[in-house]
Parts: sequence; C-alpha cells; structure tokens
Amino acid sequence: MSGAWRQKLFSYAVVVPLAAVIGFPFFWMAVTSLKPEFQVYDPTKVWSFHPTLASYGFLLHHTAYVRWIRNSCLVGLAVVAITLAVAMPAGYALARLAGRVGRTLGVAIFLTYLVPPTLLFLPLSRVIAQYLNLSDRLWSLIVVYPSFTIPFAIWLLMGFFKTIPQELEDAALMDGCSRFGALVRIVFPISIPGILTVIIFTFSLVLNEFVYAITFISSSTNRTLPVGVPTDLIRGDLFNWPGIMAAILIPSIPLALIYNAFLNRFIAGFTGGAFR
Amino acid sequence: MGVIEAVGERRVRNLRYVAERRGFLAALLISPAVLFIGLLVGVPFALAVYLSFTDATAGSLTGKWVGVQNFTSELHDPIFRGALWHTFLFTVISQAVVIVLAGLLAHALVRSFRGRWLLRFVILLPWAAPIALTAIGFLWFYDPQASIFTWILERVHLASAANPPNWLGTPRAAMSSIITVQAWRTIPFATVIFIAGISSIPQEVDDAAAMDGATGLRKLWYVSLPLQLPIALVAVLFGIVFTATDMVVPYILTNGGPFNSTQVLTTWAFQTGINAGNVGQGAAIALFMLPFLAAVVVGMLFFARRAEVT
Repeated sequence: MSGAWRQKLFSYAVVVPLAAVIGFPFFWMAVTSLKPEFQVYDPTKVWSFHPTLASYGFLLHHTAYVRWIRNSCLVGLAVVAITLAVAMPAGYALARLAGRVGRTLGVAIFLTYLVPPTLLFLPLSRVIAQYLNLSDRLWSLIVVYPSFTIPFAIWLLMGFFKTIPQELEDAALMDGCSRFGALVRIVFPISIPGILTVIIFTFSLVLNEFVYAITFISSSTNRTLPVGVPTDLIRGDLFNWPGIMAAILIPSIPLALIYNAFLNRFIAGFTGGAFR
Repeated sequence: MGVIEAVGERRVRNLRYVAERRGFLAALLISPAVLFIGLLVGVPFALAVYLSFTDATAGSLTGKWVGVQNFTSELHDPIFRGALWHTFLFTVISQAVVIVLAGLLAHALVRSFRGRWLLRFVILLPWAAPIALTAIGFLWFYDPQASIFTWILERVHLASAANPPNWLGTPRAAMSSIITVQAWRTIPFATVIFIAGISSIPQEVDDAAAMDGATGLRKLWYVSLPLQLPIALVAVLFGIVFTATDMVVPYILTNGGPFNSTQVLTTWAFQTGINAGNVGQGAAIALFMLPFLAAVVVGMLFFARRAEVT
C-alpha cells in the first residue's frame, strides 16, 4: 500500500510542475488573445485588463485567416485521399509478407520518411515551377505532400494490419472469397479505427508542413495556415499580437483533443510496425 | 471453335491463378507506393545531388558542372562552419533535455491516477499544435519589450528591469531560446513513445524482479531501462532526425541571427538556395545533412534488429 502511495506521490510531484511549465505558453497565448491590442505592451496591464474578443473578430472578418484554414483543409483532404489509396494496399501487403523481404521493404519505405523536406525543397521548387507549372497553386502541395505522408501512413497501417489474425482471412478464402475480396470485405472494415488514426495524423502532418508551403506558395490568398499566420498577420512592422495568439489557439485546441482521443491507437500502430 | 474457347477459358483461369498468388498480389499492392516514393523522394534527391555539383541559380534546373567546388567553398566559409556547429548543439542539447524530462514524465504517467487525463492533455499540446504557429507564439514571449518570461523573472528577482534579458537579440541567449523551444515541442512525442516502451514490459518480468529483491533505482537500472530501450531509442533517433533537419523553429524565431549565431544547416541552405538564389550552393549545404541521417539510419537498423532478437 505504501508503495502505491509513493508511486502516486512521485507521479504528482513530477507531472504537475512539468505540465505547468509545458502548458504555460498556451495559457499565456489565451491571456494575450483576450487583451485589447493597444494594451499588450503596457507593463501595468499584464494582469489587469478588460478581456475582449475583438481580436478573434478581427481575425475572422478582416484577414485571410478563414481562407488559409480552408486552403489547409482542402490540401489536407486531397492528400489524405491520395495517401489512403496508395498506403492501404501497400501497408497490408507489407504486413502479410513474411520473412526478410517484407521486413526489409517495410524498413526501406519507412526510411524515406526520414528524408527531410529541407533536403528536397530546392530541386522540387524548380520542378514545380518549370515542369509542372504549379507555382503558387495549392496543387503543388497536393502533389508533393504524399512524399512524406505515404511512408508515414504505410508504417502505421503495417502496424495495425499485423494485429489482424491471419485466420480471419483464411476463413474468408475458405468460404470462396478471393484474396482481394477478403481484403476489401474483411480486413479493411476491421481496421477502421486504425485507418481513422492514419487519417487524423496524416491530416495533421499536412497542417504542420511549413518548408514546402513557404517555398512554393507566394500569394496571400493561396497560403496555408502555418505559413499565412507568420507571414501575413504582420502589418508593416507591427505585429497584431492578440490576433496572432488567437490564430494559434483556434486550430491547436481541437487538434490536441483529437490527438488525445486517438493517442493509444497511434502508439499501437507506430510501435507495432517495428516490434511485432 | 471449341478449342479456341477452351484456350481462352484456360487463359482466364491462368490469370485468376496468377492473381491469387501471394507474391504477385503483394507486388501489385506495393508498386503504387514504391512508384510514388521513387518519383517524389528518389528523383528530387538525385536532382539535389546533381545540383550540388553545378552552379545552377534560381530560374533554372541546370547549370555548369563545377565539381566539388560548392562543397569546398562551403567548408571554407565561416558561416557554414558555424551552421554545422550550431546544428550539432541545437540537436544534442535539445534532445538531451528531452530524454531526461520525457523519461521522468513517462515513468510518472504510466500508471493511472486522478487527473492524469488533464495532465496528459496539457503535455500533448505542444505536439498537437502546428509548430509553425506556436513558434510565433514564442516570438511574442521573447519580445524584447514585453516578454512574459522577463516579467516573471523580475518578480522573483532573477532579472532586473534596468537590464532585461534580450532573449533573441544576443548570440548566446538566442541559441538557448531556440533550443528551449525545440525541446518543448519534442517532449510530448518522446514521452508518449517512452510510455509505450514501459508498458511493453510484461508484468511477469516486473514480478520476477520484485521476487529477486530488485526495487527502486536498482530495478529501474537493471530491469526496466534495458527492456524499454529499443522502443525508447526509436523516439530518440526520431527526435534527432527531426531536430537536425527541421528549420521551422530557428527560421521563425531568429532566421539565423543575430550575426549568424543561430544559423543552422537548414536555415543556411534556405537563405542560400531560395533567398540568394544560389540553388547549386544551397543543395550542397543541404546535402551536408546526409551524414547525420546516415548515422541515425544505421542506429535505427541496428536497434530494430536487436529488438527483434530479444
């Protein structure tokens, strides 16, 4: 009993202060976002101010913010669709390919996920501009983003598919299903939670991407969320800090809630690909 | 007639037979992915290597072949050498901090207690929020006039209002500031994977260790840590790769300044390749990340194999 108590005490003593430090930036973003713009630099108004939602109104009605969210969502949905179409069959095949070939190929595909955009953006920017004529268009991002979402998704899906017992498919084959039929009718439906996890984390990879978006897109209306906020919410040299804080919080809080909901599945897939 | 029909039927049956073979089906299912990755990663990668040997500038994909000149001129450039060193510092220090703090958090969060959901939610926030956005948040927290960090430090008399810390304005402070943000954003992912590592230890092992009298730190050192090491290492190697090759945090907070004191390989490649338009030179700088990547890849393969054996 005393051991359990000590364990709990240890947990609180570690987690509470660290969570306070880690969470503090978000707390302070929230406080700043509620300040009247002219008071953010006032040292006497750090705590005592009249909270206002004016910055949220400004952000939603007088900037291209909603447009950037729309752009990010459009790119995200398109990329998720492409990623699933390519990664689901591949992830399944790699999960079922026993022995050395399957394992090597799986690791090889995963390693391409580690090739960073910062290495590829220079040649890709030329290809996008000269050969594909997609400069400053959302299509450029839709074409390029699968380069990192596909390896990532294959890895996760491999982990999920490995948890599905082979016997289920064998039973379907016995009942006269073709292999492909077993895949579509048995394997994919059981994997829906895993596939949902892949959709969410692929979408958030897209929402996070910065290097390609800042290189390929040049006009304000075509920006995605992570590039629009740092480049366009600054008027001249003036930062509209409350507005910027609101712009950070609006997508972050729902994303964090969704992450929390799907965290365990994500871990299962992420570590399952390697260790099962 | 009948013969032709029979042949046709056999062909269809053969085709069906082929489609039912595991190897063929596997190749069919995997090939789109391989094609996609080859086109979007392999080709640009080869192009990057090619460009690094040319004097290509913005607006063209070709240039005069200049051999290794881009590489040698970079190696003699003090800014580039600085960038190499800063990349190393930025990666090693931030990830060392992450290992310690995420390790602590993981051990504390692995068992359930009241309020764990909320605390875990808060700790996940930096990972879930897009980093390009939260980095701008830190631009505000580090503001030279109205930094909240300075305000707090003044309350506890660790900073004076007369001479406030210039978080992003002096070389040493700027480096510490971007390292802090990078550690902050990497902690949640490492914590989550560490927790997975700890939970992967079977209860029987725990019990057996307890039977043998291993408790507390001894158990941690001789039993828990070695067993969770393979999974934990994946998180660490990930952290290293995505810190050494990412440019969001330095780009937004300092863009390499002041006086190139926070210039890392990625920001320097971006400034040279995109802002200054020296595509060939920029590609050469970016390629210097390869040794980092290769080392990590070797490490990953090594430990993936070990994990499989044990």
